[in-house]
Amino acid sequence: MAMFSQNPLMNGPNYSFNEGPKVNAPEGARQHRFDPYTDNGGSTLAISGADFTIMAGDTRLTSGYSINSRYHPKVFKIGGTTADQHDATLCLSVVGFAADGEALKERLDAICKMYQYRHGKPMSVKACAQRLSTILYQKRFFPYYAYAILGGLDEEGKGAVYSYDPVGSYEREQCRAGGAAASLIMPFLDNQVNFKNQYVPGSGEGHALQERERKPLTRSEVEVLVKDAFDGAVERHIEVGDGLQMMVITKNGIEEIFLPLKED
Amino acid sequence: MSSPFSINGGACVAMVGKDCVAIACDLRLGLQALTVSNNFPKVFQYGDVFLGLTGLATDVATVSDLFRYKVNMYRLREERGIAPKTFANLVSSSLYERRFGPYFVSPVVAGLDPKTGEPFICGFDSIGCIDFSKDFIVSGTATDQLFGMCESLWEPDLAPEDLFETISQALLNAVDRDALSGWGAHVYIIEKDKVTKRLLKGRQD
Amino acid sequence: MPGFDFSNYNRNAALHARGVPLPKATSTGTTIVGCIFEGGVVIAADTRATSGPIVADKNCEKLHYISPNIWCAGAGTAADTEFTTALISSQLELHSLSTGRKPRVVTCMTLLKQHLFRYQGHIGAYLVVAGVDSTGVHLFTVHAHGSTDKLPYVTMGSGSLAAMSVFETQWKAQMTQDEAVKLCSEAILAGIFNDLGSGSNVDVAVITPDKTTLKRNYIKPNERTQKLKSYKFARGTTAVLNEKIIRKEDLGNFVSVQEIHVAEPGDKMEVDV
Repeated sequence: MAMFSQNPLMNGPNYSFNEGPKVNAPEGARQHRFDPYTDNGGSTLAISGADFTIMAGDTRLTSGYSINSRYHPKVFKIGGTTADQHDATLCLSVVGFAADGEALKERLDAICKMYQYRHGKPMSVKACAQRLSTILYQKRFFPYYAYAILGGLDEEGKGAVYSYDPVGSYEREQCRAGGAAASLIMPFLDNQVNFKNQYVPGSGEGHALQERERKPLTRSEVEVLVKDAFDGAVERHIEVGDGLQMMVITKNGIEEIFLPLKED
Repeated sequence: MSSPFSINGGACVAMVGKDCVAIACDLRLGLQALTVSNNFPKVFQYGDVFLGLTGLATDVATVSDLFRYKVNMYRLREERGIAPKTFANLVSSSLYERRFGPYFVSPVVAGLDPKTGEPFICGFDSIGCIDFSKDFIVSGTATDQLFGMCESLWEPDLAPEDLFETISQALLNAVDRDALSGWGAHVYIIEKDKVTKRLLKGRQD
Repeated sequence: MPGFDFSNYNRNAALHARGVPLPKATSTGTTIVGCIFEGGVVIAADTRATSGPIVADKNCEKLHYISPNIWCAGAGTAADTEFTTALISSQLELHSLSTGRKPRVVTCMTLLKQHLFRYQGHIGAYLVVAGVDSTGVHLFTVHAHGSTDKLPYVTMGSGSLAAMSVFETQWKAQMTQDEAVKLCSEAILAGIFNDLGSGSNVDVAVITPDKTTLKRNYIKPNERTQKLKSYKFARGTTAVLNEKIIRKEDLGNFVSVQEIHVAEPGDKMEVDV
């Protein structure tokens, strides 16, 4: 897991071939390199509630110090029967290398559609989550450089969020931030969604204090958290900005909300 | 070998409130992933000014002693304590003097102006570039996490009691998402006529 | 200047040889510009300082004072631009005190390039020098290795291409002061919005023969939006294990005042009791 804890292209061991063992090539010998990956920046976020899931992502696409697009969505509806995905029940968000993210989304969408045609019912999040893990692990030695988060409602109608590393290790979670500003957003979520490090005032002294009890947040509370989390990330991370795309998954379908972010 | 800034780990944050400032640090000292000590404070008090130092532990110790010496010499020469702004410039020029052989530290300065009582905080890179700020300054291996926390939790004109809660929550939650920081924390709340130092309960893993 | 202290150099070089990366200093990304108009010169800069992909300072000052009639915009390593301009400013002040003349822009530019060339590019300061003196209006760029240019309009930093595209499409000879200020701030805005290394506000300085005007935060197109919720915590939310309060008034309790007996003249000195 440590292998993927940070941006693979910037630091640490990674999959591009340019960091292979250094050979003392003789004078005039040519070394061939293969760098198939780029980091396109951006950040994503998913929070599950009692009867809904909110998936969000900024819409900036970067390479180096340049902005390639100010509206390039990272959150997609998955598994609808038509091209406009009006009857989709799942959402996938991808950050990292945009081309791999796009390819991964297309593949998972196709698989969900095949499942729907074969079985006459949409894929459950649980099944889709397992399938996504398989897709990622199939490319274990030439991975999709994408951090995926899958969101939907489980069999009981509760919000479900599954997060992945690029080679398919996955976990169901209450909330997860991904991408460039994940390290900025994640501790904020721990504190405001799971009330980490918060105690009930006056319930004791020092070690005897009681932890603040976790209660599921309402949809409007989560929407506020998402917007404030992204506003904070935009202030301090140069690769995050332009627009905030939010998908709210409820039993009535998926609602898409777009909000502006700072563009500098 | 990893960067000298992340061998020992550690985090530090300073914040401005209403007529008060706060500075806080974690207590971990590590060697890569191995924790060596859970009582290594990174905030140092020199009279009325406070200096937070994160980075390479050997340099943290050296630089903190160096500035204790320099502040004491200043006090003997001037027959008064050093003002935070003056101290900030002393830190800056001392670090830039070693432009081509820097100490691997990221300092933070906090204090109240002795004349006006105005809150003052600032941060530095390892070669002495000053980052003046009206809200908060962060440093250490949990920089990203602290920026995210501070940017969303901080608001202007917090009273000393509220500032304590905000800076403590910002630090505790940030270090819990950083493998190289944590193991408890010290928080100083600096007001006009008193300084309150608190030891926080934090995860010990 | 006493000069740099290299006593940590060998230690750090040895570490570097073993693969330790060099420390990252703040700011490389920046947009700075300058433009001459009829009777003066304008320089402008953005206000973002970065450390890698993280914004270290949202509102820093990149326009540096050299002398009342000479100002400098800096890009590159933030500490280097700060200290190099301060050093040359000081040398120039002493020079003008000893000659009894106002400093000239070429003198400033020459001191800068000689200083930077001596350090062979290791001092990472990329500067736009502008000013008005007895010989007229001047605008220069100085690169970290010591090369200089003299041009009617210049841009530097990671946003230099975005800013130059504005100059190349809208610049004309013999502009008025207002036109030059507008053009420079638009060039900076192009950098702010199209270059990730630049952001936040526009600072402008206008230098004319009779005065210099620094317009700090001339345009603020990126103010933070109001948070949707206050994240103030209930007092007592954080678990405290130990608390110590030091009051200024109590500090007196730790100091004991001792009367010192002054020996009468002629008294024998007490050696031991």
